[in-house]
Amino acid sequence: MEQKRPLLSTKTGLVFLLPALFFVILFLIFPFVWIILVSFTNESLTGTGALNPQNVGLANYSGLFDFKTWMMRGNFGNSLIVTLQFVFGSAMIGQVGLGLSLAIAFYRRKGFIREFVNTLVILAWIIPDVVVAFSWIAFLDRDFGTLNAILSAIGLGRPDWQLELSLLSIIIFNTWRGAAFSMLLFSSALETIPPSYLETAEVVGATFWQKLRDILLPLMRGHILTVLILITLWTFNTFSPFLITAGGPSFKTDLVSIFTYRTAFRFYEFGQGGAIAVVVMLINFALALVYLGMLRKQAVE
Amino acid sequence: MKIKQTVRVILTLVALAGFVLTACTATPTAAPTTAPTQAPAKTDAPTAAPTAAPTSTPVNLTIICRCVVGGTGSNSAQWMLDYVIPKFQDEMRAQGRDVTVDLVSFGGSDEELKARYALDLKAGTGNDIMAFDGFWVPEFAEGGLIQPLETVVGPTYADWEGWSHIPVSVQQLLTYKDQLYGIAAGTDARVIWYRKDIFKEVGLPENWQPTSWEELLDAARTIKAAKPDVTPLQINAGTAMGEATTLQGWYMVMLGTGTNIFDFKTNKYPVSGQPLLDALNFYKTVYIDEKLGDARLQLLADGRDRSFLSFRDAKTAMLVEGDWFWRSVLAKGGSAELADRDALVGWAKMPAMAPGKGINGQDFVTASGGTGFILNPNTKSPAEAWDLLAFMNSKEALDYFQTLEPRMRSRDDVAVPNDTVMTAIAKEMLPLTSIRPSDAAYSKTVSPEIQLMTERIVSGEMTPEEAMAAYAAAVTAAVGADRVEVAAP
Repeated sequence: MEQKRPLLSTKTGLVFLLPALFFVILFLIFPFVWIILVSFTNESLTGTGALNPQNVGLANYSGLFDFKTWMMRGNFGNSLIVTLQFVFGSAMIGQVGLGLSLAIAFYRRKGFIREFVNTLVILAWIIPDVVVAFSWIAFLDRDFGTLNAILSAIGLGRPDWQLELSLLSIIIFNTWRGAAFSMLLFSSALETIPPSYLETAEVVGATFWQKLRDILLPLMRGHILTVLILITLWTFNTFSPFLITAGGPSFKTDLVSIFTYRTAFRFYEFGQGGAIAVVVMLINFALALVYLGMLRKQAVE
Repeated sequence: MKIKQTVRVILTLVALAGFVLTACTATPTAAPTTAPTQAPAKTDAPTAAPTAAPTSTPVNLTIICRCVVGGTGSNSAQWMLDYVIPKFQDEMRAQGRDVTVDLVSFGGSDEELKARYALDLKAGTGNDIMAFDGFWVPEFAEGGLIQPLETVVGPTYADWEGWSHIPVSVQQLLTYKDQLYGIAAGTDARVIWYRKDIFKEVGLPENWQPTSWEELLDAARTIKAAKPDVTPLQINAGTAMGEATTLQGWYMVMLGTGTNIFDFKTNKYPVSGQPLLDALNFYKTVYIDEKLGDARLQLLADGRDRSFLSFRDAKTAMLVEGDWFWRSVLAKGGSAELADRDALVGWAKMPAMAPGKGINGQDFVTASGGTGFILNPNTKSPAEAWDLLAFMNSKEALDYFQTLEPRMRSRDDVAVPNDTVMTAIAKEMLPLTSIRPSDAAYSKTVSPEIQLMTERIVSGEMTPEEAMAAYAAAVTAAVGADRVEVAAP
């Protein structure tokens, strides 16, 4: 095979890279290493920990995993459970499921409805967080919100979304918010399936569910796994539900991102905040490894 | 291949650079000025004492407070914009100094303001004059984020004429370890505010004054029976309301059992015992057992504002709040402005559990906080900033403020005109009041734990015994076993 001559010499390429590398070190690597180092101290923003942070070894970590108290609402264990429920509901089932359904529903269809729905779904994704949060707070209000106005008009009463159904509310919110990404990816994944497969299946007389199960899903497995990795990791770290519930009421929607924020910026405990961040990173790392393992297995087949 | 190897070398260099940079700069930055625990000696000023010499270089000062015209603290914002800023600029011009002043109106919550202050001060910036709640001072001072007036201004700060007009107890509000950090604006007290129109409707006396918890609860039960769609009693609880829960809620109930949050005689925090259980059971009765209060308002993020509006709209009959509620929220221009406030709203003292059972053997209890303004140690013009701060607290400035918002002011030569309620509260409640401890652990840990404890009761998550046990464990872990008092219930 003929070796193509590169456009730039290696040295010139490096010179072009240096400014970007500088920013990567400053804003990515430096804070990353700093957080790991600070998680072993008791550094805080106010109080005695601000002037003389001491090395406390693994005390911050063992404080997180104090099994006697960690499941109490407001502590790390509860936060993990809430986040797992949130990720499972809104990312794995919600966003991927909704995105897949929309992509399949509009597969090889053109026309006004498809464009209209596409636009709405993408709008939900790109409108800024704060604007969307205000709209949802108004939407979900028990007494004056739009949703309850609709529900009471059709006779379903006025559920208290913010107080009793808060976790369900943010799951629905996050599903609505991020479905666009999976929809777009699955649409392009579906484009790669040769139409002849489906036409053959039509001729043989396969039902929709059989086509789905035997043709579409197996051929898209790699794409589904890729989307799942990305969305799981993003949803694990998302902070937007804070704008709607602030982790409440009474910590029922206390995601790990909100828990970290509260530790580091309400109580100003940077040491503990760093420890939480490191633990979350390790969990994400483990999740990513699981997915990558599944991907590699399916590539081998 | 040469390229692959080069890439590997680059990545290694990048990672190394990151580590080296972190190791070199991750050492904790020591506070650049003297630590506040040093015994202040008036003779050696660590920084040059700035004299008020006429300068020709233009100086711009900024004041920040939680005040928005037409919103929260509207009167304060109005006072700044109508009087303080123009008059001070005029005075400076007359002295031949070029000084301009701007107001930064902060509209967020108290906790958000505190976070902003912490981050600004840590970064070495921030506005020159900052509205500060007194109980934040220990936490910020211990963190080296604020400095005493003597350090920022120099020994000349003691020459201000106002000091002799402000009682020492009020000066204490912005004092830590015997050092003054700013000038207190005034103090306040907490009472039960009630809707006279609802009381009249259900047959309760217009000039109502309960003498025990049972009488308070009976009034609430009467209202609930007669008007089921009105919330009879709202007493603060939960983490969403922040310090408002601790001071307006927990303190008012706890002091009625005869015990304080902090024992000033022994310097310890009582963390368990029958008094705490009694107080927690009061909350349980109000919010869980008899539903005399709306737990929803205590659990939602914007519950405090909702409770104000609910009171204004006569959907809540009794609200335990500070006098700030009367003079700033319900008043003309306030965020829950109530026309005809004087005729519709009455106040009553918060009773102890039973007559004589309150703290110090009192029949009635209240708690006081205090805010004021401090000087930012990072200010670029300490002399001018101090002049502005002194001007804001002059008799003339405060007299003008009284015309906008009559309240108890810090100076004794400033009267409380035209407001019988504020005058009466000042006269009757201040002698009965208790204050918060001047301790960093209070604002950092104890108060949040109190809020959490009340939230666990009001949300039904824990029983009073469990909540008290969790509170005891958390406070002991934070301040040490030698600073807590454990009494068997």
